[in-house]
Amino acid sequence: MTVALAATTIAFAPVPAATVTPVERHIRIEAKSFEYSPAVVTVNSGDRVTLELAATDVVHGLYLDGYDLNVTADPGQPARLTFIADRPGAFRFRCSVTCGPLHPFMIGKLNVGSNWLMLRAVGLAALGIVFVTQRCRGAGAQRNL
Amino acid sequence: MTRYDLTRLPLVEPLLRNRWPQFVTTSIALGGFVFAIIAGMVGTPVGSRNFGIVSVWIGWWALLMLIAVPFFGRGWCSICPLPAPGEWLQRGAVLGPSTGTGRRPGLGLRWPNRLRNIWLQNGAFAVIALLSVVVLTTPSVTAVVLAALLVLAVVMSLIFERRAFCRYLCPVGGFIGLYSQLAPIELRVKDPAVCACHTQKTCYTGNADGYGCPWQVFPGGLVKNTFCGLCVECLRTCPHDNIAINLRDFGADLSNPAGRRLDEAFKAFIMLGSAMAYSAVMLGPWGALKSAAYTVGSAAWVIYAAAFLVFIFVVLPGLFFTAVVVGRRLSQNLAENSTTKTRRPEGKRQAFIALSYALVPLGLAAWIAFSLSFVFANLSYLSAALSDPMGWGWNLFGTARVNWTPYLTQFVPILQTIVLVGGLIWAGATAQRIAEETSKMRSLPVIVFCLIVTLVLLGLLVG
Ligand code: SF4
Ligand SMILES: [Cu+2]
Repeated sequence: MTVALAATTIAFAPVPAATVTPVERHIRIEAKSFEYSPAVVTVNSGDRVTLELAATDVVHGLYLDGYDLNVTADPGQPARLTFIADRPGAFRFRCSVTCGPLHPFMIGKLNVGSNWLMLRAVGLAALGIVFVTQRCRGAGAQRNL
Repeated sequence: MTRYDLTRLPLVEPLLRNRWPQFVTTSIALGGFVFAIIAGMVGTPVGSRNFGIVSVWIGWWALLMLIAVPFFGRGWCSICPLPAPGEWLQRGAVLGPSTGTGRRPGLGLRWPNRLRNIWLQNGAFAVIALLSVVVLTTPSVTAVVLAALLVLAVVMSLIFERRAFCRYLCPVGGFIGLYSQLAPIELRVKDPAVCACHTQKTCYTGNADGYGCPWQVFPGGLVKNTFCGLCVECLRTCPHDNIAINLRDFGADLSNPAGRRLDEAFKAFIMLGSAMAYSAVMLGPWGALKSAAYTVGSAAWVIYAAAFLVFIFVVLPGLFFTAVVVGRRLSQNLAENSTTKTRRPEGKRQAFIALSYALVPLGLAAWIAFSLSFVFANLSYLSAALSDPMGWGWNLFGTARVNWTPYLTQFVPILQTIVLVGGLIWAGATAQRIAEETSKMRSLPVIVFCLIVTLVLLGLLVG
């Protein structure tokens, strides 16, 4: 019972509002087969973000998971994508233009504020361990699920 | 433990006994399989536009890892096209046992005793794993691998008896068998006493109604799913109607101490380690790692391959062994301090093997979480590849121009979290129960091991 309550709290507790004042951010990401640089980008929740995608060899794209935004850039012609990073978490971005064999694995990551999903996951994992060890001690040799 | 025999339902038994449904499904799968090979050979070299790559590594893989294995165990093996041509040749028949006495083409040799384990499968999987980034992305290489497996299966069927390929060599069969222990379905006998009295054991030898178990399993002795291919030949050959297909608890086999072996324990490490390595290599943000894995033969690849092998064969098992040893110390200290005697202290090796089975649910969860990432991100390639399988500009179903769109991008990380945390709890409970078979407390270090693995996977996939 307590465990269920704790689990529900960890899983569904509302996220506290971001405390940092949002700023305007301009980030240039270079794309070449098959990586982005920088491959990991970090902004604060609420920031107004402009990603400038610059392809340095062939045409590449950038599709941002979670926000479901897409931009493509020809070599030598950087393209921009502006959005408000109003959803906190870690979001993969992946190349959206077939650019060669490793194209499906051309992946980067945008961190927006705190990754609450990850924190919840860690909390639930720890809780799960406590639950399993406690329950089995209590249940003795009884068969468990 | 509750079990429900599905053959009690109307239609189930006759449908399984009849050879046509299985034959038709297998034949369709074989058609798709051969077409995938052809597409891989002659179609476009662009992987994401080639039916060979897309149907196998997105379509089939998704069905296998997200549905077939978790819910039906070796269900896939019962309709797998790979061994089919070889088996047909070996039997000299496509359907039931032929009544004629014509000679079968095969040699029908016994599989060597020394190789009656899954080490070859472990090795075969490791080899493919080292080449996986190339196999996964290059249509011609996928085609060569599929064709080689098909040829190998035929050759093995002609040299050895029954399904030696499936049982001892197939790199896919190895892990399906491992994870089939988790499935909520099993083939068992209804009443062991009936088997004991049945001296002919037609389920093993075969009769006019069907073949002797192709997997060289005696159904009456089945304690776990690993080597039962669910081909249901025994259901056809058993004159006493003694074969049941049971619905059961998930993971029921794990609580059975019988049949735990070192080769299978290592399969668990290989699979868990590969899922971790793939999550970093394929889905991580490290470009250098991806190119190292791709440029097979280069110095970077050699380093990658060595690191991969050391990780799955040495580091993971080594850390786990340490956890097992620490756990034993803990329980021994505990026993010394208390008056209650612990039961027979198992050897370290035995404890290591037994507790490794806790990694079976952990590993399957890792593979499901890993697969969710790339399956949903790339599922949209499927409609295009079906419509234009060769990448030649066809448009069979009008979906050739469907743009690539990742599906459920907000939802997938949540699903992955649920799967990974669920796998951890399942693994923890399994470790506890296995530890309780002899003495208590021993499982804690192993559970911590599982927790660390889960945190690493969470970091790689949703962090
Ligand atoms: S036990 Fe029966 S179903 Fe299982 S592999 Fe053997 S013949 Fe097939
Ligand atoms: Cu690309």
